[in-house]
Amino acid sequence: MDKHREAFKDEAYELLSELETSLLELEDAPEDIEIVGRVFRAMHTIKGSGAMFGFDDIAAFTHEIETVFDLVRNGEISVTKELIDLTLSARDHIRTMLDASDGGEATNEVMAGEIMTSLKKLIPGSEEKKEETEGPAAPADLIDEDDSSPTGLPSPDTQGGNITYRIRFRPSRDIFKKGTNPVLLLDELRRTGKCKVVAQTDAIPLLKDFDPEACYTYWDVILTTRQGINAIKDIFIFVEDDSELSINIIDDGGRLDNAAGYKRLGEILIERGDLIHEDLQKVLGSQKPIGEMLVDAGVIDTGKVQSALIEQEHVSDVRESRRKAESLSSIRVSSGKLDSLVDLVGELVTVQSRLSRTAAYQNDPELLSIAEVVERLTCELRDNTMSIRMLPIGTTFSKFRRLVRTLSNELGKEVVMTTEGAETELDKTVIERLNDPLVHLIRNSIDHGIELPGVREASGKPGHGTVHLSAVHSGANVLIRIEDDGSGLDAKAIKAMALERGLVSHDLEMTEKEVFALIFVPGFSTVKNVTGVSGRGVGMDVVKRGIEALRGSIDINSKKGAGTTITLKLPLTLAIIDGLLVKVAEEFFVLPLSIVEGCVELSREDVARAHGRHVANVRGEPVPYICLKEHFMINSGTPGIEQIVITEVDGSRVGFVVDDVIGEHQTVIKSLGSFYKDVEGVSGATIMGDGRVALILDAPKLLQAVEQEEAGIYSKNAKLNP
Amino acid sequence: MSVAAMIETTQYLSFTLDDEVFALDISKVREVMDFTTVTKVPGTPEFMRGVINLRGSVVPVVDLRLKFGMSKAEKTVNTCIIIAEIPLDGDTTVIGALADSVQEVFELKTDQMEPPPRIGKRLDTDFIKGMGKCDEQFIIILDIDRVFSSGELTVVHESGRGMLL
Repeated sequence: MDKHREAFKDEAYELLSELETSLLELEDAPEDIEIVGRVFRAMHTIKGSGAMFGFDDIAAFTHEIETVFDLVRNGEISVTKELIDLTLSARDHIRTMLDASDGGEATNEVMAGEIMTSLKKLIPGSEEKKEETEGPAAPADLIDEDDSSPTGLPSPDTQGGNITYRIRFRPSRDIFKKGTNPVLLLDELRRTGKCKVVAQTDAIPLLKDFDPEACYTYWDVILTTRQGINAIKDIFIFVEDDSELSINIIDDGGRLDNAAGYKRLGEILIERGDLIHEDLQKVLGSQKPIGEMLVDAGVIDTGKVQSALIEQEHVSDVRESRRKAESLSSIRVSSGKLDSLVDLVGELVTVQSRLSRTAAYQNDPELLSIAEVVERLTCELRDNTMSIRMLPIGTTFSKFRRLVRTLSNELGKEVVMTTEGAETELDKTVIERLNDPLVHLIRNSIDHGIELPGVREASGKPGHGTVHLSAVHSGANVLIRIEDDGSGLDAKAIKAMALERGLVSHDLEMTEKEVFALIFVPGFSTVKNVTGVSGRGVGMDVVKRGIEALRGSIDINSKKGAGTTITLKLPLTLAIIDGLLVKVAEEFFVLPLSIVEGCVELSREDVARAHGRHVANVRGEPVPYICLKEHFMINSGTPGIEQIVITEVDGSRVGFVVDDVIGEHQTVIKSLGSFYKDVEGVSGATIMGDGRVALILDAPKLLQAVEQEEAGIYSKNAKLNP
Repeated sequence: MSVAAMIETTQYLSFTLDDEVFALDISKVREVMDFTTVTKVPGTPEFMRGVINLRGSVVPVVDLRLKFGMSKAEKTVNTCIIIAEIPLDGDTTVIGALADSVQEVFELKTDQMEPPPRIGKRLDTDFIKGMGKCDEQFIIILDIDRVFSSGELTVVHESGRGMLL
């Protein structure tokens, strides 16, 4: 039972976030009946399964909101900002209730009451009138009870529970005299689901015998609906006694499906009793289509055949769409299982590289071909496993809509959030860990960046500010941009504040980018007043740490008065990368292949020609290089010819000098653990084919370290020779 | 055997560094493995020997001789790595300790353990839980958690950075 409750909660949390998204969309398009339907369905599912698993309080509370949205759906009340506000807080309340069932903080009953009262006020008229509106709404409720969308068409995701009925309705001749219009009954049927009606006219007499007040027509209806048979009988409840009504289930949502399509025409007719088996056999001799033959043979009239044909078509339609829905279906897997799958694939990759190495060593053609196949399969398996973990970033983006809305209300600013590239996929872990940094960046943009509407208009900008979130793939990285058209960063103010705090010295020349980078220093804030939103100088530190933990980098661009753009560069995945294995003395290192541009040789003569400067001539361009052996203080002889691995780091080219380039290496990234957490220049380790450990180099960090080192030397020199 | 007696007896694993015998609480030891290739992490002090591959996970290795100020020893057939689990920053971290040889597992009652001597030792008293005696030989019982405590590691990090820059 507990397992089911857990499953319900998982589902409910998902539905709640869907609900939030739908509500925010609804605010932008209040007339869109499709979105209202989505809101309604989400709440209805929470209510239904909540009650089933013993979350009665949630079910009861949700029911109340659902009532209001029923009225919205029927067009009795319109979507207002107030309604969205209330529903959003109601959504939050349901969430708290869910959390509370886990032993989380207790729910606030008073708040729940307030939400309820305010919601009821939205219902036209007073409390008593509400009773009235609910009265007539009851029959509508009956029809829509099972989630069918307002148009009556079952939505694809609810197709599973659909049942197809064959209904033959033959009203009594004097039905008109009793004041019943059979067409209205058929209309009511149409509202319950996907419906095809064929009028049977064979009983209509010749004009001379025709009584205009009698009903000669009868109808065959093929109906696909989620309603039970009793609900259908209820529609005919007032005419049932003197009408001929037969309802048969011809397709019950998959359980009766057989491999071959639907029944043949003849079988349908026999089953209906319109045709006897012998007649069918007689006619089956000729070559024409069976329907035509039957009509020609005079055993049956056109109307009947047409009706049967429609049944055939309708049922195959229903089955076809169900098959489509089934093939698109997905399964829910706990993320723990996915994580262990990734771990296993990681180990498989390690073993595979060992196999390839052994095969190459033994030089046995058969073993080599096996190793090659294993390598190919492992590669595919790796890519597939990684793609399972990929999620579109859009889910995170939509969460921020809510944040932007709340914040701008709180601060009295008008902010519009636009997004781009919501379908960009990123590793699940990256997305999860990206959330906090993004929250801080967006809060900053709205609180510090975007000005109050008055200020904006005074400086000739539109009254409402824009925060633009975008995500785009760039090689093995994803670039996420947060752009605002606010006041921008004030480089002077930042530097002044940094001087005041003693973070930089007076005589230090700094580029604009270096100044902007100061905002990531813990405790740094240019804001005089700490607000509830930001200003304590904690946020940007969180951002920097969060992004660095993801092996990403941050870039700030800002123009005073025009806005700020912050670009986050993140790796696609955290677990496995393509690397270039290099050797320095006896040690092996891995450089991420994504930053490698090429390799060139570095001979002793080249070094001598450069007069000790660490700059190499790469195809006519000077490229500075870092000698890893010197930098890591590894003592060993230098081979006659060294290799420079040319990489692109932060937009510029840097070479890394190594003894030998071994080749491409599938690198399963392992953490060095907390013991080595502060070691700079190394971002992790990997296990090579022979079981040894190779370190993964962090090129940007290495470059930074060397830059700082050299800056230190120069400043010392400057002091010595004034 | 009475319950009280069981509580009072603790098992220790003894090992040697140079000629001295040390011991650590066996409940901290996960396994003992033969010496294998250690990959040095650049920019770290010498006593942090580097990392090894322990069935697919990367485990740091500390040379206890160097940590305790003894001279570096050449690897012999007896050289081995004691894999221990220690708490570090609230997490359990697996760490390898390089020892010249591993001797035996022995039991020691609480009352057989003497407090560390106040003078005449080459080690920081903080690391020592007590002195035990086994077969007429003194054994220094280490508090392995303290040896790798975060205070010690901070020193490690600072010196590491110092070398890098």
